[in-house]
Amino acid sequence: MAAGNEVSSTYYIQHHLQNLTFGNHPVNGWSLANTAEEAREMGFWAIHLDTMGWSIAMGLLFIWVFRKAGKMATTGVPGGLQNAVEMVVEFIENLTRATFHGKNPMIAPLALTLFVWILLMNTLKIIPVDYFPVLFAKLGVDYMKIVPTTDPNATLGMALGVFGLIIYYSIKVKGIGGFAKELSLTPFNHWALIPFNLVLEIIGLLVKPLGLGLRLFGNMFAGEVIFILIALLPFWAIWLLDVPWAIFHILVVTLQAFIFTTLSVVYLSAAHEHH
Amino acid sequence: MNINMTLIGQTIAFAIFVWFCIKYVWPPISNALHERQKKIADGLDAASRANRDLELAQERAEQMLRESKEQASQILEQANKRSAQMIEEAREQARAEGERLVASARSEIEQEVNRAKDELRAQVSYLAVMGAERVLEASVDEQAHRKLLDELAAEL
Repeated sequence: MAAGNEVSSTYYIQHHLQNLTFGNHPVNGWSLANTAEEAREMGFWAIHLDTMGWSIAMGLLFIWVFRKAGKMATTGVPGGLQNAVEMVVEFIENLTRATFHGKNPMIAPLALTLFVWILLMNTLKIIPVDYFPVLFAKLGVDYMKIVPTTDPNATLGMALGVFGLIIYYSIKVKGIGGFAKELSLTPFNHWALIPFNLVLEIIGLLVKPLGLGLRLFGNMFAGEVIFILIALLPFWAIWLLDVPWAIFHILVVTLQAFIFTTLSVVYLSAAHEHH
Repeated sequence: MNINMTLIGQTIAFAIFVWFCIKYVWPPISNALHERQKKIADGLDAASRANRDLELAQERAEQMLRESKEQASQILEQANKRSAQMIEEAREQARAEGERLVASARSEIEQEVNRAKDELRAQVSYLAVMGAERVLEASVDEQAHRKLLDELAAEL
């Protein structure tokens, strides 16, 4: 889809960065957004069907594969799938053991879900940027952004989940009083500095999920934009840049999934700690 | 790139996947992993134990072999000694027996000689008596005496 002039390349890029949005439009009511403008006008009461669809599909793929491996799991000599799955599980187990200093059997499965799910969602990026948009356009669907992690809603949504768990475990382990004390009396243990402490700590708390979500989103989005820009080159030149960038992204995809998982575990570990 | 309900939807999906993973995905894999780990550890343990046993057995066998070799050589030595002793004894016995036989033979010969001497002596005296009788009966003849004396001598 090499574009001849500036207008059409701008359009091409914008088109590729637009989600398939279904929402409550002030004029059209509940409908699919036909343009980015319409999607914006829908405000909060809209949902990105592509993001949700692909992320749930990847989540189900994860659940299906790992459940299958779990069912087949024997204590004898493991097969190929079991081997691969066990490698991931063991990796996560070691990661959790190294970074999580509490005793909570939920953390390792949580980390496994985060890691594999994000990894699968990120991996969708390796698929050439035009395949699915063109395919869905043939089916009459205008927009199709297949990588859920390039949508801040998805990354912040997961970060929100982690944030909820941070709050939950902070209160569960320390009690509401203990948590409040931690927020108001650190880092300066003096009653006069409580407001200051509160501001500091609450900002620190809120930055955790925000950083978590935006880091993943930023990396994935930037990579996606580069892929789209590369796709604007003449078709015979695309592979020259596309292949190295894709190979590089094998690293980025894994690294970002790993960072998100590790930071989540670290935050949850901090939530379990008494001060 | 608007923030909208997708945020909530994603959070819900996240919660459900995590719950499912905690409930149905993690336990069987983790259990299998740990069980296998334990099994392998046990197997390695058993192998090292068997190895140690083998070493011990080998050592014991070697010791037994050494002991039996020693014993055998001891027995051999004893037998050698005993046989030498027996030969010595037999030789001694034989020599004593021989000496005894020689001595007895010698004494027998001596006895025989003595008896012969005695007999001879008796006969000589008898012949002398007979000769004297004959000399006294017959005429004293030089010739006849000579003849008689010759006969006597021949009879001796």
